[in-house]
Amino acid sequence: MANGDKTSLADRVGEVGERVRASQAWESIFRPGSPFKKGYTDSPRNRSYVIMNNVLYHLHPVKVKRHGVRLSYTLCLGGLSFFLFILLTITGIFLMFYYRPTAPAAYVDIEALSTSVAFGSLVRNMHRWGAHLMVLTVFLHMSRVFYHGAYKPPREFNWVVGVVLLLLTLLLSFTGYLLPWDQLALWAVTVGTNMGGFVPVFGDQVKFVLLGGVEVTGATLLRFYVAHVLFLPFIIVIFMAVHFWRVRKDGGISGPL
Amino acid sequence: MPEIPEHLRRRSAEARAKALGVPREQVLAEMGLAAEGETPAELIEEITSAVQPANPDTSIPEDLQAREAAARQSAVGDFVAKAAATPAAKPTPAGAPAEPVPVVEVPAPVVEPEEPAPAAAPAAAAVPAATAASGSKIPEALLRRSAEAKAKATGRPVEEVLAEMTGGVPVAEEPAPVTELPVPAVAEPAPAAAAATPPTGEQPAARAPDSTAGRTTTVTAPPIVPPVGTPEGVRPQRLLTVVRARAIQQVKAEPTDKVSVWPHLLLIEFVALLAVTAFLTVLSVILQAPLLDLANFNLTPNPSKAPWYFLGLQELLSYFDPQIGGVTVPGIIGLLGLMTIPYVDRNPSTKPSDRKFAIMFFTFFLVASATLTIIGVLFRGPGFNFSYPWSDGIWFDDLKDWISFE
Repeated sequence: MANGDKTSLADRVGEVGERVRASQAWESIFRPGSPFKKGYTDSPRNRSYVIMNNVLYHLHPVKVKRHGVRLSYTLCLGGLSFFLFILLTITGIFLMFYYRPTAPAAYVDIEALSTSVAFGSLVRNMHRWGAHLMVLTVFLHMSRVFYHGAYKPPREFNWVVGVVLLLLTLLLSFTGYLLPWDQLALWAVTVGTNMGGFVPVFGDQVKFVLLGGVEVTGATLLRFYVAHVLFLPFIIVIFMAVHFWRVRKDGGISGPL
Repeated sequence: MPEIPEHLRRRSAEARAKALGVPREQVLAEMGLAAEGETPAELIEEITSAVQPANPDTSIPEDLQAREAAARQSAVGDFVAKAAATPAAKPTPAGAPAEPVPVVEVPAPVVEPEEPAPAAAPAAAAVPAATAASGSKIPEALLRRSAEAKAKATGRPVEEVLAEMTGGVPVAEEPAPVTELPVPAVAEPAPAAAAATPPTGEQPAARAPDSTAGRTTTVTAPPIVPPVGTPEGVRPQRLLTVVRARAIQQVKAEPTDKVSVWPHLLLIEFVALLAVTAFLTVLSVILQAPLLDLANFNLTPNPSKAPWYFLGLQELLSYFDPQIGGVTVPGIIGLLGLMTIPYVDRNPSTKPSDRKFAIMFFTFFLVASATLTIIGVLFRGPGFNFSYPWSDGIWFDDLKDWISFE
């Protein structure tokens, strides 16, 4: 008897699922060939549709070279860099709700975030360690590409774009470094911007633009904040779009060796 | 280069042997082909299959095969009523299940009705079928062209030849006169293109009897009989020309071994994302991001260190003049050097064994920057003087929670 009840319950749940998947709303969301659509079967045609009829088609072709999906070839470094960027965007948006980029308020807000905001400490830690990790993965990705000779024609320009992305990643991380407005942030940025002052000819001008003054002040904090949350992400997204597009146009992944 | 099909190579060997006057076996051996016995029947099959795709039974849907054979037989003009071919020549919707019913009265072409038609083939197969179907009635323009050529060759007036040709001379009954016809394609400057699109006025008529016979073997299997009057060992076909496969099928890229992104790549990526998210979450639970005292302009910490990715640079600055350590090395060598790598390294090979210098060079900079960074992070204490982390402690605030030597 109990057994019979169980089956009927499962049947009823399955029936609801079937009805949902047959509904117009569900049908309208998923394009033909989607694995979430009713009646999806695993066939070469549908495997193509999964990508082709999907926003992912902007990122992935329908098929890739077999050696390219080997984990040992790419170590997923480029993809992980992109994923970390997304993760940093998500955690960063969370942090923005609790943070005011002014000299009197910034430090207090970070302290409050760590102590009195639910998951505040965790999200801030994820943001910081994720940023360090992203610098690492971008750098390792560059090394991987070099050792595979993947910058060779026709991929020369994409290598250049990649170097720009590395630079932008460093700048994003560096501008974020100042935002907690503690001793570590202040003096690390002082040391860093002093290095900018060693640029020949325009050294002082570069430093002035970076700091919004002659030394680190509240104006620098605002400047770094805007660069960190708006300006640099905007630039890096454009470069990333070009980077990914060129990967596809230059014939997908390089190799095999 | 894609592999040239064996039957084409054999044909080529045949032609070369004939042209050079050497034994066929010798040429075949030169080309790396075994000279095992080929009956004329096999050769006929090869020639017909060279015009058609190699395995018509596996790649062309039955309905299209039936249409093609019906059209050919109507071109030949023997034993198939025109009415039988006409309904079959109607365009069939692509991918429709094969229905051999309309062409049942055609004895030869209805092959293996139990075999399901592949879905992807019809688009590719439609072209030869259409070409063959058009041969049922020779277009006037082509007929005229052919007559003109023949008139030129024989020195007779065009009108006379044309009248002879249209006067009901059964072209298909006797293959031998067809081979005597001067083929216009030979005279044209581009033999490859001519071979790719044979003059339909003559070609179907010339090859139709044999292809029909060859097709018949697949079903009713009578032995292939060469046309009456053909001497022993003489093939009733003519080899127009041997063209490189390149001219017909434009092979642009080497075929590569590919896999579907879904599921092969997306699953790996998804797992990688999960793993990194899990790793980062666990790390963030365990390790607290540093937050020191409020920024104080009047209190300079000792040492003052940049973020870790700039510490290699800071390390360089402690050795060299700022103009060198701060600009020349990181700016010129670091950024510009990195960007110009693809334009400086002209070696096209990606094999590690071919690029020992490049790898050595890059590894040197990699190791150098890593070493400088590690020194800057761990081995620099107060006053940016050398210190040992195990005796003097960690002087890098991001790492203070990570390592301890208590």
